[in-house]
Amino acid sequence: MVLVKVEEEKMHVSGGRKACVLFISRFLLFFSLQTFEKLLIANRGEIACRVIKTCKKMGIKTVAIHSDVDANAVHVKMADEAVCVGPAPTGKSYLNMDAIMEVIKKTRAQAVHPGYGFLSENKEFARRLASEGVTFIGPDTHAIQAMGDKIESKLLAKNAKVNTIPGFDGVFELLSNCSPLLGYPVMIKASAGGGGKGMRIAWDDEETREGFRFSSQEAASSFGDDRLLIEKFIDNPRHIEIQVLADKHGNALWLNERECSIQRRNQKVVEEAPSTFLDPETRRAMGEQAVALAKAVKYSSAGTVEFLVDSSKNFYFLEMNTRLQVEHPVTECITGLDLVQEMIRVAKGYPLRHKQADIPINGWAVECRVYAEDPYKSFGLPSIGKLSQYQEPLHVPSVRVDSGIQQGSDISIYYDPMISKLITYGSNRAEALKRMEEALDNYVIRGVAHNISLLREVIVHPRFVQGDISTKFLPEVYPDGFKGHKLTDLERRELLATAASLYVAEQLRSQRFLGTPRIPIAKSKRSSWELSVRLGDGNYPIAVSKDGSSFSVEVDGMKLNVTSEWNLASPLLSVTVDGTQRTIQRLSRNASGDTRIQFLGTVYKLQILTKVAAELSKYMPEKAAEDTSSILRSPMPGAVVAVSVKPGDTVSEGQEICVIEAMKMQNSMIAAKTGKVKAVHCKAGDTVGEGDLLVELE
Amino acid sequence: MFLALTLLLPIPVSNRKKNKRILSEKSYGKLTARERILLLLDPDSFDEYDMFVEHRCSDFGMDSNKNKYPGDSVVTGRGRINGRLAYVFSQVWFCLLSLVTDFTVFGGSLSGAHAQKICKVMDQAAMVGAPVIGLNDSGGARIQEGVESLAGYADIFLRNVLCSGVVPQISLIMGPCAGGAVYSPALTDFTFMVKDTSYLFITGPDVVKSVTNEDVTQEQLGGAKTHTAVSGVAHRAFENDIDALLNLREFFNYLPLSNRDPAPVCECHDPSDRLVPELDTVVPVESTKAYDMLDIIHSIADEREFFEIMPSYARNIVVGFARMNGRTVGIVGNQPKVASGCLDINSSVKGARFVRFCDAFNIPLITFVDVPGFLPGTAQEYGGIIRHGAKLLFAFAEATVPKITIITRKAYGGAYDVMSSKHLRGDANYAWPTAEVAVMGAKGAVQIIFRGKEANAEAEYVDKFANPFPAAMRGFVDDIIQPSTTRMRICHDLDVLASKTQSSPWKKHANIPL
Repeated sequence: MVLVKVEEEKMHVSGGRKACVLFISRFLLFFSLQTFEKLLIANRGEIACRVIKTCKKMGIKTVAIHSDVDANAVHVKMADEAVCVGPAPTGKSYLNMDAIMEVIKKTRAQAVHPGYGFLSENKEFARRLASEGVTFIGPDTHAIQAMGDKIESKLLAKNAKVNTIPGFDGVFELLSNCSPLLGYPVMIKASAGGGGKGMRIAWDDEETREGFRFSSQEAASSFGDDRLLIEKFIDNPRHIEIQVLADKHGNALWLNERECSIQRRNQKVVEEAPSTFLDPETRRAMGEQAVALAKAVKYSSAGTVEFLVDSSKNFYFLEMNTRLQVEHPVTECITGLDLVQEMIRVAKGYPLRHKQADIPINGWAVECRVYAEDPYKSFGLPSIGKLSQYQEPLHVPSVRVDSGIQQGSDISIYYDPMISKLITYGSNRAEALKRMEEALDNYVIRGVAHNISLLREVIVHPRFVQGDISTKFLPEVYPDGFKGHKLTDLERRELLATAASLYVAEQLRSQRFLGTPRIPIAKSKRSSWELSVRLGDGNYPIAVSKDGSSFSVEVDGMKLNVTSEWNLASPLLSVTVDGTQRTIQRLSRNASGDTRIQFLGTVYKLQILTKVAAELSKYMPEKAAEDTSSILRSPMPGAVVAVSVKPGDTVSEGQEICVIEAMKMQNSMIAAKTGKVKAVHCKAGDTVGEGDLLVELE
Repeated sequence: MFLALTLLLPIPVSNRKKNKRILSEKSYGKLTARERILLLLDPDSFDEYDMFVEHRCSDFGMDSNKNKYPGDSVVTGRGRINGRLAYVFSQVWFCLLSLVTDFTVFGGSLSGAHAQKICKVMDQAAMVGAPVIGLNDSGGARIQEGVESLAGYADIFLRNVLCSGVVPQISLIMGPCAGGAVYSPALTDFTFMVKDTSYLFITGPDVVKSVTNEDVTQEQLGGAKTHTAVSGVAHRAFENDIDALLNLREFFNYLPLSNRDPAPVCECHDPSDRLVPELDTVVPVESTKAYDMLDIIHSIADEREFFEIMPSYARNIVVGFARMNGRTVGIVGNQPKVASGCLDINSSVKGARFVRFCDAFNIPLITFVDVPGFLPGTAQEYGGIIRHGAKLLFAFAEATVPKITIITRKAYGGAYDVMSSKHLRGDANYAWPTAEVAVMGAKGAVQIIFRGKEANAEAEYVDKFANPFPAAMRGFVDDIIQPSTTRMRICHDLDVLASKTQSSPWKKHANIPL
């Protein structure tokens, strides 16, 4: 549904060619029906849902695989068939090749789309599929293998005349004189590496020697392969990648670039297409080199060639990803292509249906990766839990949300904590960013921590808006870690006025009873309220007076006019303060006046009391918080079925620590906080009584 | 006379600062009797009674002017909470008079005059049909008055009993309450406490030490934690005086004023036909896995608001108030997360008392069932699980308010009958597709029927009984519903059942197995 909307939008943008595109796409839609009858998606979550959507459009039946905990997942419901392939841990389910091959046989799926991650770049899986005569939607084994090895891919790139980072190729032996040839700093990498493992930066000879020793040890233990390579380290680079699409007939296209420089811990957070940094010449040069590389490895399907680009627009080949990328929707938005559809067509053996000249850049698209994680802890530590409320901002125009979860879904420890990819597009970057702001404000996610606050801060940050970004953006802009939005005086007044108005609206509503009571209700004639609101360390006296349906609020000696519909049940509240309209979310409130409001993406804690109550609250005792979170006691008598942790393990809040069986029911005991396990006082098979100490955290 | 006049004046809160004694009491973090009333009631709505009443004791020098205070040791009157009438008494642990330094009115102890004042508001409340709220902070009987004081207690107890089931009675314990002072709260419908500053006990730690030689602190013996988690005497505890009073205001909105009034209906912004998609997946696929019943309750209630009663006691059953399309309902649910949601002595008693309150005050009951049965074992049998379990059965059977039941998963054995089943005059009984209505779990059943000789018997039993169809075919559940439509179904039923009338045979009163 969303995809169709995207295409229509693009057509609209391209204006004059609309009729023509419409004709071609209808013709091709018919044509593309002749691909596969049934396709298995060897993945989960949003990407599985994404692939299923295109399959539905193409009239292909779909088979989903899932682990036991995913039995109720969205991708399982969307697919025509679904088969369980094992228990929750990925090694036993989504990476379980034997089980998946079994499902393919049983369901007679003709092709497999691997999505990203899991088995998407596994040459063994591709080989096994080929031997069974099942089509792998992706490049052939040779290309996967060639590009999966950092040394080999670099050699190939060099031969294809692709710019590579100066360095030593092939197996690197420690040479104390290697670095002068490159100039410091240098980067030492494991050849088989990935995910930052076995990677080190050295700034002089001494560090090079040390780095070599550590990296080779790490590489040997992590990958069973201690080969290293050393190359010039590009400081402060941008991460820009070129999407390529190639068929089995030697044709290849480049579908423009994606800028993915906003990263934390080598994981992308915000991506966009096109990049503000590239001029048409650089773009073409990068595109042509990417296509040259694709052709050199006889690549077919969609792939991505990643480059590092330095400040003088020199670009260097980094690696090639032989799969569909997470951030592919931004390319789809600006080109109007459905990459999954193209991949399926190409896999069936059809030639590409576009020429390089057909590939447009229509407008601008931005993608934010919405994660279930706490951005206040090193830009994002995973959070788990149940999505008690969830509502995507699809009512905002030009928004696409790729997600694989819904209200009630569990975000578990077993899988990637990504909630969704939020994509907005517009005729230019400013428009796309404005819509992103609106979309983030209108996104309702309750029950787990999420990184909306960080995303919103990034996209409105002056440096980002100007396009002055690099892979160091987050640590540079937030050297002391992310602390949430910093309110200006005006914003603080707006927040206080909104919170105070909400409080009064709530108070007024609680006096409205329906029906005719036996004892008449004393109607309050009150039209003004004196409140005291605590926000952060400050206490603010606020006067509210009712003025028809709006409130006149006095904060810091300034009068603000607050209007809204005051629908107190809606998760989203549209509030206008002195003419500025904002969408805010009241996350919680209680009788004691504690209120949490999401305002400009960041959650603020406030306490709203009447002036009298606030004055009296000075006499209330200060209470030291009692910490029971670091010990876990058995809440009931029963038998310990399993203990999932051992001393020294790090557990996150909400993670299962052990399982106790009582009344033939298994009860999962969870950690009340994130921390290290200090001691475990029980083992599987033990019988425990109520109140027995099970596990201590540090 | 001069003192009386000063009492008539409004008391500025700022006067508190001038008073040495209050400053020294600050560590207790307690408000004065009048400050409490000020926060509890709507502004300017308090009408005070009996401000000129004085105690009548003349022994032990009590008749000296120094020992007489107008109004004695309690403030009484009526006022409004969100516009609705309530009668209030607030015991004076400390009297705030700016002109007099350092005095307490006998620690809020109960004199004959004190009791008389309370009785007066209770009589009026019963006559008019409005709730009574007691802000208790009393050291017990006024020993100087002897039997006069005891008589005063009895007068209050009698009125507590006569008002029971006529108007809601709420006690908020805001200081140490000992001896006779604890029985009046125990007779009321709800007892709330303030953490760290309130205690309830028959006899204090000193007497305990001299009689049983036990060393125990006030907090251990009768603090908020003890009574909300261990004894079940109190229904909920709050952080401090202000927190407690503000919560009490909110709680008051759930209650009808008397047994003559229907459950109140508030203005509601949450659509009654809202679908709740997450309920379709809330019950885990494996029937041995637990889930949180509170997730279900929050997601169906108006604006996810649920005022839980006794949240820390007998946590295997959840009870509390919520609203459905604005109308107050009482919710009872087994909690699979705690002890598998089984019924034991404490949870049966907790549930029974709540059901009877709702029935007495016309509050519809919504019951969520996921119960594996009654808890077996000697501890339970010796403790009288039969008698106590029967209380819950009695309460549900006796209730004539609208009763809606949703079986989410297990409804096994006698516990199925108990949990507001069709057979106990349930008005609308629904089952989710995950429901299993059976005498017991398949494994146990097969062991008894076949003595373990039949290999495929378990699967057969599961097929036959581990689903809602046998019950639905017999009309014991009215419908098998899509979980996501639960809120909508309940709201529709409540609209229809609002005019329900049902009666039981004439009796003086029933004889619940106490």
